[in-house]
Amino acid sequence: MRESRLKLGAGYVALGLISLLFIIPFIWLIRSSLMDLSQIFVMPPEWIPHPFHWDNYKRALTSLPFGTYFVNTLVIVASVMIGTVLTSTISAFGFSRIRWKGRDAVFAVLLSSMMLPGAVTLIPSFLGWKELGFYDTYYPLIVPSFFGGGIFNIFLLRQFYMSIPKDFDEAAVVDGAGYFQIYWRIILPLSRSAVIVVALFTFLGTWNDFMGPLIYLKSDSRFTLALGLQMFQGSYSAQWDLLMAASAVVILPCVLIFLLGQRYFLEGITLTGLKG
Amino acid sequence: MQTNIPMNAPVPVRRKAGVRERKALFYGLLFTAPAVLGFILFTAGPMIASFVLSLTDYNVFKESVSFIGFDNYARLFSGQDESFYRSLGVTFYFVLLRVPACIIISFIIALLLNMNIKARALFRTIIYLPSIVPAVASAMIWMWLLNPDLGLINMMLKWLHLPTSDWIFSEKSVIPSIVLTTLWGIGGTVIIFLAGLSGIPKQYYEAVDVDGGGWYHKLRHITIPMVTPTIFFNAVMTIISSFQVFNEAYILTQGGPNDKSLFFVFYLWRTAFRDTEMGYASALAWVLFVIILAFTFLVFRSSKSWVHYEGGGPS
Repeated sequence: MRESRLKLGAGYVALGLISLLFIIPFIWLIRSSLMDLSQIFVMPPEWIPHPFHWDNYKRALTSLPFGTYFVNTLVIVASVMIGTVLTSTISAFGFSRIRWKGRDAVFAVLLSSMMLPGAVTLIPSFLGWKELGFYDTYYPLIVPSFFGGGIFNIFLLRQFYMSIPKDFDEAAVVDGAGYFQIYWRIILPLSRSAVIVVALFTFLGTWNDFMGPLIYLKSDSRFTLALGLQMFQGSYSAQWDLLMAASAVVILPCVLIFLLGQRYFLEGITLTGLKG
Repeated sequence: MQTNIPMNAPVPVRRKAGVRERKALFYGLLFTAPAVLGFILFTAGPMIASFVLSLTDYNVFKESVSFIGFDNYARLFSGQDESFYRSLGVTFYFVLLRVPACIIISFIIALLLNMNIKARALFRTIIYLPSIVPAVASAMIWMWLLNPDLGLINMMLKWLHLPTSDWIFSEKSVIPSIVLTTLWGIGGTVIIFLAGLSGIPKQYYEAVDVDGGGWYHKLRHITIPMVTPTIFFNAVMTIISSFQVFNEAYILTQGGPNDKSLFFVFYLWRTAFRDTEMGYASALAWVLFVIILAFTFLVFRSSKSWVHYEGGGPS
């Protein structure tokens, strides 16, 4: 389809304005994080900090044990990523590359849980973990990821696995390979990009999780970054320079991960959306 | 040899097929065991437990628990619990505002991105980026942007001599303001629309060109009908997520001002974890479950009349 030059021009202008609206909050975040309070509040607003107050970052990060929060978050994120990648790929394999009786019915039941509001399972899950003595530990946040890693990820991987020609497996069977070898030596290497998609989504989902840590963690020393940032806001509510510096630090890893794996993200979203 | 095979074949083949089938069943169950166990332990089990809890007066600080039948539900709908009705109203208002806004705006952005433009990847990255920002950080940024005295938005409005607003601090504007903050994160929906749009065959548009139809004709008679499955998918996902909004309520407003942003899940959380009324909160959870189920069902039902699938599906 070819557009007229006028229409294309209007499209550029519209997209330019929309992009500006989307990016201004980031610019406002960065500029506020580098100013001192007297410059932050100047009217009309100034955009370039002078001088650059890099020490805002140091002050923000040392006023609460953000280093501890960072390590805590990393421990949870890494564990959840391992659990999810390991068990979602195995489960997706069982739902796509092995033909067994009742397979599709079982998958349909599991898939229906995607529609289920998390609030319904929240209270019994909490009480269950508490009863087991795991309140204020990372187990409630990590252990579920070792049980399939979420139906969304299994669905995404299954979509991908089903697109791999069956001949690959059959050739391996002729060579005497069992299901584990097929999974490990053929399907897993062939689905590298889908696995990366799952890993990236899992990273973001866990890094950004707020409600889970809020409900299961009690001691400050076990807090995650998201929880720490929220607490920071409670005690430094008017210190917008420090608040913005701390927020920027929490956002930065997500932005880096996204920019590094951008291609995979877009692929992954498209893969899940198309089959709606 | 050749004559032997047909005679002996039926028996070993059948037995072999049975063995292979049983082996497949065994390995199928083995491989899917994590997911199936996870479903039982973390979804089905808790769901049933949640329903059972909703029939009790379980409270963390009370010694005994007793079955009270449907009393919790009766209490919910009796009219005594004003917060329940408030939270329903707030949540419906939010869903009604957010779902159309999210669908329409992301569709328009996707249409623009789908044009034959050069810097598409750059625009796409910029528009998607906010959706990966952690909810807490996003809330901080918006609290600062929407600050009535010193925030950028009111400063800009003042500078342009436009009326300012108290945004999340006023009873009237708190819900629209929260909708606004969530619209910053619509990048994922845009990308899904973009995928749907790029799947429309170009010949369809060329046919309109031949007939002398303009852009409006293309949009009305090709683009929109062809992306109805994507609109449907996005609508269902947005409805489900909008009913469950929690982070914004917790971080931005704590349900305020004056309970005007008392979102349903926030009220549920408050009932369960502040007031420790686990039984009553479980009843709340089941009400939400039924509401979401009903809405999803309605959208599915209505989809028959407006979602067009290619290749002779329901249209």
